[in-house]
Amino acid sequence: MTASTPEAAGGGAAVSTHLLRMRGISKSFLGVRVLHGVDLDLRAGEVHALVGENGAGKSTLMKILAGVHQADSGTVELDGAAVAFEHPLQAQQARVSTVFQEFNLLPDRTVAENVFLGREPRTRGMVDARRMNADTAQLLADLGLTWLTPQAPVRSLSVAGQQIVEIVKALSYDARIISMDEPTAALADEEVDLLYRLIARLRERGVAILYVSHRLKEIFDLCDRVTVLKDGALVDTVDTATLRPDELVRMMVGRPISSFFPDKLPGTAPGDVRLRVTGGGNDQLDGIDLEVRAGEITCLAGLQGSGRTEIAHALFGIARFTRGTVQVDGRTVRLRSPRQAVRTGLALVTEDRKAEGLALNQSVAANARLVLDAVDPRRAAARARRIPGLLSSLDLVARGPDQEVRFLSGGNQQKVVLAKWLATEPSVIVLDEPTRGIDVGAKHRVYTLMRELAADGVAILMVSSELPEVIGMADRVIVLRDGRIAGELPGGTTEEAVMALATGQVPGGPMS
Amino acid sequence: MTAPRPAHRSSGASRVAGVASALFGGGSATVFALLIVIFAGIFAMNPSFMEPPSLMAFIKNAAPLVVLAIGQYFVIVAGELDLSVGSLVGTQVVIAAALIDGEESRTGPVLLLMLVFGVLVGLVNGLITTVLKVHSLITTLGMMLVLYGANRLWTGGAPTGALSEAFRQPGRGGVEMPVVRLLPWSLLILVAVVIAAVVVMRRPYGRVLIAVGDNEQAAAFSGVRVWQVRTAAFVLSSVMATLAAVLIGGYAGVTAQVGEGLEFAAITAVVLGGVVLGGGRGTVIAAMAGALTVEALFTLFNQLSLPSTIRPAAQGLIIIAAVAYAARERSQPAPPVDDARPEPARS
Repeated sequence: MTASTPEAAGGGAAVSTHLLRMRGISKSFLGVRVLHGVDLDLRAGEVHALVGENGAGKSTLMKILAGVHQADSGTVELDGAAVAFEHPLQAQQARVSTVFQEFNLLPDRTVAENVFLGREPRTRGMVDARRMNADTAQLLADLGLTWLTPQAPVRSLSVAGQQIVEIVKALSYDARIISMDEPTAALADEEVDLLYRLIARLRERGVAILYVSHRLKEIFDLCDRVTVLKDGALVDTVDTATLRPDELVRMMVGRPISSFFPDKLPGTAPGDVRLRVTGGGNDQLDGIDLEVRAGEITCLAGLQGSGRTEIAHALFGIARFTRGTVQVDGRTVRLRSPRQAVRTGLALVTEDRKAEGLALNQSVAANARLVLDAVDPRRAAARARRIPGLLSSLDLVARGPDQEVRFLSGGNQQKVVLAKWLATEPSVIVLDEPTRGIDVGAKHRVYTLMRELAADGVAILMVSSELPEVIGMADRVIVLRDGRIAGELPGGTTEEAVMALATGQVPGGPMS
Repeated sequence: MTAPRPAHRSSGASRVAGVASALFGGGSATVFALLIVIFAGIFAMNPSFMEPPSLMAFIKNAAPLVVLAIGQYFVIVAGELDLSVGSLVGTQVVIAAALIDGEESRTGPVLLLMLVFGVLVGLVNGLITTVLKVHSLITTLGMMLVLYGANRLWTGGAPTGALSEAFRQPGRGGVEMPVVRLLPWSLLILVAVVIAAVVVMRRPYGRVLIAVGDNEQAAAFSGVRVWQVRTAAFVLSSVMATLAAVLIGGYAGVTAQVGEGLEFAAITAVVLGGVVLGGGRGTVIAAMAGALTVEALFTLFNQLSLPSTIRPAAQGLIIIAAVAYAARERSQPAPPVDDARPEPARS
């Protein structure tokens, strides 16, 4: 799809009108200032990116707009009239909707029931399901979402489908402003396209969209203007058309990131094969032949559901290979549980940090030594002595080792997970989406860590759906399709080449 | 372990505060405040309560519940529940009375047998819960009924036999000494159990146990054998119930009613200590304080001449109030949870 510029997006909306003016917004929590004097304007029919590192204040600003938090000072004007939302319902009535990262959907109810939750059309006191379905169908048709059925249970939809239901729900309140918090964080590449198209439709209708995202590509593909926050203050609002990606990164982190993907460290060379899978298969995978060498970053690419995470899970004994052999350092091993995998020298940084990676109510220290405590309790105390050094070398920002990890930002939580696995001194580390949902600075730290590990002779297997990261980091790219290996590409390949293998289509052909 | 280590750069006061918060933290400071308030209430009603001998009597009376609460803590913090402990206490006392039958020489072997029986009950609870994936509420409810029924069936409601004098010593006896007159064995046992429990929770096993209660999947993916860790918690709970049986048997003697309702008293105590049902949060010290608070409250009821039949209702109210309070604490909009958290500026 081609992103239309605001001028091109006619739709009758007066482009230059300021639908929303936020001026001098300040907010403190427990005496700590998280926003000071931030201004934000939204024009009708624009997609406006809100970016900044974790802790910059994006979410707080969004929540003030949504009525979840109240500003300590500053003014909010909607269509020239001052408003102060005390409650999310007031914002909704003023046609300001928010789509949060965590979906507020009832999975067992239908699309229509979710869209009209709490205000179902009624006839004689009974919910008029027919009218509700018809109204939902009308809404969906207006947005060109005819493939969504109002009667479908939300559980049966993909993540993208659920995201779209959230947006439709927001629109059903006739929203003029929709803010979206990292709407693509949980979406696969091909699903992102669906969202792009929906956003283009919204723009044509004159809806202003506040778009919070960490992904630079989306900001440039999708957004007309971008507002950058840093440490709770406004850095600038600029047109994306006149902005270069590296300039944006510099505005966000306050310093230039010389090269976003760091170069290999001197002396890094592929060594022995650390991990070899021959003919690996189970009910989701087939014919997996894989070699991961010491000092090498091997990347598994492919679409959502192509078997990337399944390979990681099978290697780590969460699932199993029912066919084929796995060798670690030349020895054939049977990996039946994560425990065995750890003992064999494997580590797995899982895709879903909160559900699979961390005990959120426990301290940084407890999480970081969990694997040692579990697998090697006798030597855990001695081996855990490395952890404080590991954490500080990862630039962890936390109040101390006793702080509960739920209070940390995504990037810092990921650093705790990384430290947990580094403490085991693995010979093979599997990183499943290691930079998902973390800010630019933390991403950069993860990349440099990968280079450092490679230089130390660790074999790295990275699973990623972010193609720039695949291209920028991998020595070899193994592309999967439908649970099989579709092909292998050398490092420095192109996104088109990876997508061609991933989708099974020739380069230049239609992608979806 | 409470001894303040030599302060490095941080001040001694913050060091002590750190140790205090490590011991009493986790949102459970409330229980200590409550304990002090109730003690103050008892003292106001009856100043002689604070004299060492009556304090010692209080400890003797409270010891079984504290021991049970510590056992229950291990299970609750791992995300499970053990309803079978009350029945187990009753069954153990009845077994002891029947098998010892007043013969001093049988004390040792019978104690050993009780320990084996306790471990066995814990293993069954644990394995049914973890391997067969039956919710622990159901597993231990079943175990509670089985033990209760078997006990009734066996004794016909009237336990036979008698405990030996040696068996009764830990629950009622003590060391003669000045000031307190009699330093009860149960106090010494209690101190030992509390110290052991605190040490266990600071060891790898304890940390893994809490992690399992907090996020089972993350723990499993970190190499934890979840079934083993949880089963061990049930065994610890049953062993604690066995110890409680010895203390109660010694203190209160053998009746058909012994142990009845203790599972709920123990759960009340743990929850009152701010230990969250569902696991992953709370300290063993707070669970112990919860048990003391429940006992102190009952003592206060006595001082107020309230009938003892009021206790179940009071417990019910405490459980609901404590859980509601904890839920409220948790649902407070803790500002640092979203992305704008007060962090020191990056360099």
